[in-house]
Amino acid sequence: MDILLQQIINGLTTGSVYAVVALGYTMVYGVIQLINFAHGEVVMIGAMVAFAVIAALAGSALPPAVIVLAGVLAAVPACMLLGYGLERIAYRPLRHAPRLAPLITAIGMSIILQHLALLVWGRNPIAFPQLIENPSYGIGGAAISGVQIAIIAISLLMMGGLSWLVYRTRFGIAIRATAENVHVASLMGVNADRVIAATFVIGAALGAMAGVMYGSYYGIAHYTMGFVLGLKAFSAAVLGGIGNIPGAMVGGLLLGLVEALGTGYIGDYTDLCRWPGAAEGGWMGERCADGAHFVLFGSNYQDVFAFLMLILVLVLRPSGLLGERVSERA
Amino acid sequence: MARALIEVLNLEVHYGGIAAVKGVSFAVEEGEMVCLIGANGAGKTSTLKALARLLPSRGEVHYGAERIDATPPHELIPRGLALVPEGRGIFARLTVAENLAMGAYHRSDKAGIAADLKRIHGLLPRLRERSAQVAGTLSGGEQQMLAIGRALMGRPKLLLLDEPSMGLAPLMVEKVFEVIRTVAAEGMTVLLVEQNAKLALELCARGYVMESGAITVADTSTNLLADPRVRAAYLGE
Repeated sequence: MDILLQQIINGLTTGSVYAVVALGYTMVYGVIQLINFAHGEVVMIGAMVAFAVIAALAGSALPPAVIVLAGVLAAVPACMLLGYGLERIAYRPLRHAPRLAPLITAIGMSIILQHLALLVWGRNPIAFPQLIENPSYGIGGAAISGVQIAIIAISLLMMGGLSWLVYRTRFGIAIRATAENVHVASLMGVNADRVIAATFVIGAALGAMAGVMYGSYYGIAHYTMGFVLGLKAFSAAVLGGIGNIPGAMVGGLLLGLVEALGTGYIGDYTDLCRWPGAAEGGWMGERCADGAHFVLFGSNYQDVFAFLMLILVLVLRPSGLLGERVSERA
Repeated sequence: MARALIEVLNLEVHYGGIAAVKGVSFAVEEGEMVCLIGANGAGKTSTLKALARLLPSRGEVHYGAERIDATPPHELIPRGLALVPEGRGIFARLTVAENLAMGAYHRSDKAGIAADLKRIHGLLPRLRERSAQVAGTLSGGEQQMLAIGRALMGRPKLLLLDEPSMGLAPLMVEKVFEVIRTVAAEGMTVLLVEQNAKLALELCARGYVMESGAITVADTSTNLLADPRVRAAYLGE
């Protein structure tokens, strides 16, 4: 098996999910300079709603594709409503408050949503019933599954759709104008409240899709899944330049790749038995006898890479890869 | 006398506890071109911002038959009130074409928008040449032209202009004022705020002089240009 190609495929899969989630952070930040820390929980709720619907319908006579579609069609509007509600109830009243207030509110909303999910769905993960066969295709010594192909394709489609909306439509121009100067945009007749609410709703819809995809990739949905996923997607948004839409896409894919490659190779490279001179009569000779391994950092260090990258970006290029303005505010 | 398109009564603007505008009253009639002159910090910009509802204010603002002193800012341009803000306020990351499209955001008459774009391209040919360029890369004068062109795309009845000459080279100021003159000659009602009193008074029929948040003199431009107080304070004589 070709490990490099395999990890690239895996990285593109998770990376495209990170990218879609990162768009939710970056769009909201671009317009109101708020880091919506509850966005990861919106993604989680999307996965939970979809999985609950799918699990409930799993025993029925409906064709599997219809069941999955029903799950998605329940999750997306639920999350859009949630995104709208968050903005309306939690953030809009604080629009003119000091910047720390909405940030703390965002963290509070994140905790509330997590515990609501705990109350509704319990502490056990919801498993994704194996409804649709997940075939595996071999390419160049690696394998790509049907789910992976679907995730990458759907993510790319959504990113393309969002780019079209933001860069090619009248409303998209209004979103970018509002992001640049909300007062002048209002002089042009743009209702800022509507644009801001729209960015939350669009971000939440993307988040719901991401939640369903992420859940089906790992086969489970859980009330805590939004936390680390959210932090990673946020790191991806910062990596690409927070507030920058193409940046979030590039940042997400890059983060997924770094994470997958790092996870794929960290075990090999930190296996002391593979270090020259360590085994074969060296200082590790005894422990490495009979082809044994002595791995310092295994693939359970997966989550380290995203945050290492976040730290590196913040130190070396705080405005992100594609970001033009360094934010002094967040 | 024509009826007033905008009438302001006892307008007050406060920043925290500090009064920037202390109860000013004035009116601009339809088709008129009026200027508001005064030194830096006299409250001219605050007055315009309050009219465009970008600043909270007290007092009455009548626009046509309506009161607009509690109207949200985005509902003003559909009524025909446009402000070209101080410092131009162009969208620097949008292209010139997108900036102009934003000017017509509230309109849905595609044919009318296309016709207005053509007219504005004729009036300001530089904007056509630089259509696809990101607005932030334009020169200061071109940015001012864009800000005016964008406001005109909204087909306003009343154009509020805040310091259009600010930061521009004399030659460019000449061009900007030429455009304003053309627009006014076509019947647009204009309220012009300027620090450059001579330029403003030569362009407008009437003027108000603002000092420390209050209007101290109101007269025709001819009289103001001859007024020794105005000459001493604002015309550098």
